[in-house]
Amino acid sequence: MRAIRPRTRPQSREHVVTIDTDSAPRILFSGENFLLEDLPVGTRVIYPKRPLTGVANPAAAIRYALNHPENMEPLHALLRPGMKVTVAIDDISMPLPVMRTPDVRQLVLEIVCEMLADHGVDDVHLIIALALHRRMTDAEIKRMVGPKIWNEYWPERLYNHDACDPDGMIVVGKTRHGELVELNRRAAESDLVIYVNLNFVPMNGGHKSMGVGLCGYESLKAHHTPKAIVDSNSYMNPPDSAIGHSMNRQGKVIEQAIKVFHIETVLNNRSFDGPLEFLMKNEDDFTESDRLKFSAMKWALDKLPFAARREIFMRTPAAYELIACYAGSCEPVHDKTVTKSFEQYAVEIEGQADILITGIPYVSPYNVNSKALNPLLVQVMALGYYYHMYRRQPVLRDGGVLIITHPCSDKFDPVHHPSYIEFFNRLLPETRDAYVLEQKYQDEFAYNPSYVEMYRRGNAYHGAHPFYMWYWGQRGREKVSRVICVGADNATAPELMGWETADSLAEAIAMARTTMGRSAQITMLHHPPIVISDVM
Amino acid sequence: MRQSHHKYKNSAAFYDVDGTLIRINIVHAFAYYARRQPSLIESAKRTLMTAASVPVFWAADKVSRKWFNEIFYRGYEGASEDRLVMLAEELFEDVIKPNIYPRTRDLIEESRRAGCRQVIVSGALDFTLRPLAKYLEVDELIANRLEFVDGYATGKLRKPFIAGATKAEIMRDYARRHDLDLAASWAYTDSFSDFPMLAVVGHPTAVNPDLRLRSIARSYDWPVLDLDQAA
Repeated sequence: MRAIRPRTRPQSREHVVTIDTDSAPRILFSGENFLLEDLPVGTRVIYPKRPLTGVANPAAAIRYALNHPENMEPLHALLRPGMKVTVAIDDISMPLPVMRTPDVRQLVLEIVCEMLADHGVDDVHLIIALALHRRMTDAEIKRMVGPKIWNEYWPERLYNHDACDPDGMIVVGKTRHGELVELNRRAAESDLVIYVNLNFVPMNGGHKSMGVGLCGYESLKAHHTPKAIVDSNSYMNPPDSAIGHSMNRQGKVIEQAIKVFHIETVLNNRSFDGPLEFLMKNEDDFTESDRLKFSAMKWALDKLPFAARREIFMRTPAAYELIACYAGSCEPVHDKTVTKSFEQYAVEIEGQADILITGIPYVSPYNVNSKALNPLLVQVMALGYYYHMYRRQPVLRDGGVLIITHPCSDKFDPVHHPSYIEFFNRLLPETRDAYVLEQKYQDEFAYNPSYVEMYRRGNAYHGAHPFYMWYWGQRGREKVSRVICVGADNATAPELMGWETADSLAEAIAMARTTMGRSAQITMLHHPPIVISDVM
Repeated sequence: MRQSHHKYKNSAAFYDVDGTLIRINIVHAFAYYARRQPSLIESAKRTLMTAASVPVFWAADKVSRKWFNEIFYRGYEGASEDRLVMLAEELFEDVIKPNIYPRTRDLIEESRRAGCRQVIVSGALDFTLRPLAKYLEVDELIANRLEFVDGYATGKLRKPFIAGATKAEIMRDYARRHDLDLAASWAYTDSFSDFPMLAVVGHPTAVNPDLRLRSIARSYDWPVLDLDQAA
């Protein structure tokens, strides 16, 4: 294995680095391993910002937010003895990787539940607002909420939302656009709902919290469509997101019917620390120790079997810190959250790229603790999330070439993703047209009793979920001319998704240049941690 | 809001029973009958004979389900129909009901809500399964039938024997008669021996599968359900 060469150029913490003849090779995630690649001279590498400093006393910051809310009375003033309160909580899909304990949701819940008890509010249910995501396991819930909340509330008063429970859902109304609004019955019939959000990307939180977290399949149909994705430029930027607008309309219907006190938390981007901190650095700035650590890790990962590598990554939690907590009325709270979120993630860059390179890591919002990042999820990371990590205009220009690095193995977790398996192997060979798939098959999967049963009582994603994953990539698919997967261990899975494969990054770049020309502008997104590009 | 999504109007869900919906199998039922004899001596004798026969049953089943049926059901020879039917109620309460998998009713409820016709297709004896079928509120019970002459069992099964490929044939026939679309129907079973019943439907699902069926399910990308795991 090649070593990263010592730094010869004085580039320190620049968010946009241009590769020169003496630049170090760059590290790219490729599933449960890394690639170390020399990039062509002139390639632009976009790095995330340095983590913002966490608040010194998270509990105090949370209490301050509860007592000084936006456009609402303080939480304690909303409480009265005997009232019915539901606390909804964001699920395990964020943050990525999972954060070290105590999870920020635990910190919020402990304060909120103590406040509820102090005010004589005993009728309290805690619901994991997972929408059509998989049910969290008992161990996952316990880890997320902490032992104190777990011991007091589980299982009767702390449980997963069930979007398919015919008795547990209620129609709240319709938006002026005719979008159905279904909601968890317990929440809808509560005197007060407190939503505990963990905001990791700008598309989360706000009206999406209630409108999606506690909704049912029929109301998701309003915005989880290929058209809504295509009309979102980008879905990571709320003002330009058609999905976001639809969720906002649904959320407003909910807010008219129910009193909701939103608590939103913003984390910094400290995905790696301690021995892995070098992964947050510009490779040109690596010390001798960083180079040794990377070489040792790469050597070990090359030797280990897939399951062991995956286990290592999944069991390495991130050291995220709370950087802000806001509470109160939905929209003013979320405006502040999004502003803070962009303060951490947004990086200004000049102009679009003709060829975009990005490494796909081992984790996505939908495979936490799963056995693999299956090809559909690789696709959602590439053409969905990473493509959409921009404001104003995409990093990759229309007609450009996207190069990703991932083995793209034909591996699925049959417990978490049973409907993905059928979608990938039965439907994609027939058509990749998201509109046809939506019309022809989405309901079939959504109401398949086996998948409903696995969602409601197993730990499977809802039968319709693989469709959403495919739609999530629709705008990217329509805008990008080619997707080239580097290091794929098979040709079938990428081919089913309409992708090409290359054995090395150099080969992929050569292939991309046949489309985009020798002078094509090449950009690499140095994910993770998350970076959102402000493309000028 | 009571949702009733009858998305599958011309569909059925076909269920195997032993090992699929309940933990036990027909040998348990047979042993139950053996223990419930008029005299203690007869009970002891029958129970011992049943215990001694288990390896033979196992071996016969491995070779051919037809052989197994011929050997196994001979044990019922001479039993009165009234008594077998009466004991079936006790068998259900004492043995079958406590061994229904925790998520069996939920699966059937989901399937019914989707609009599927609920059909049990089992190699067990019809009278032993009738209380279960009633309890689970399924629409149809298709099971093996003992031959009775003058109210006493001859120890033979009436044709067709319901096992293996015959299950698939019966399902095809049933679908024809009830105007059902097998391509839009489900089959649930735990055993590789029921591969044919899975092969004829559009939505095969392995339930608590044995090793061989689990491997087949992986190969064919069929979903695998575990009804034994409480929600």
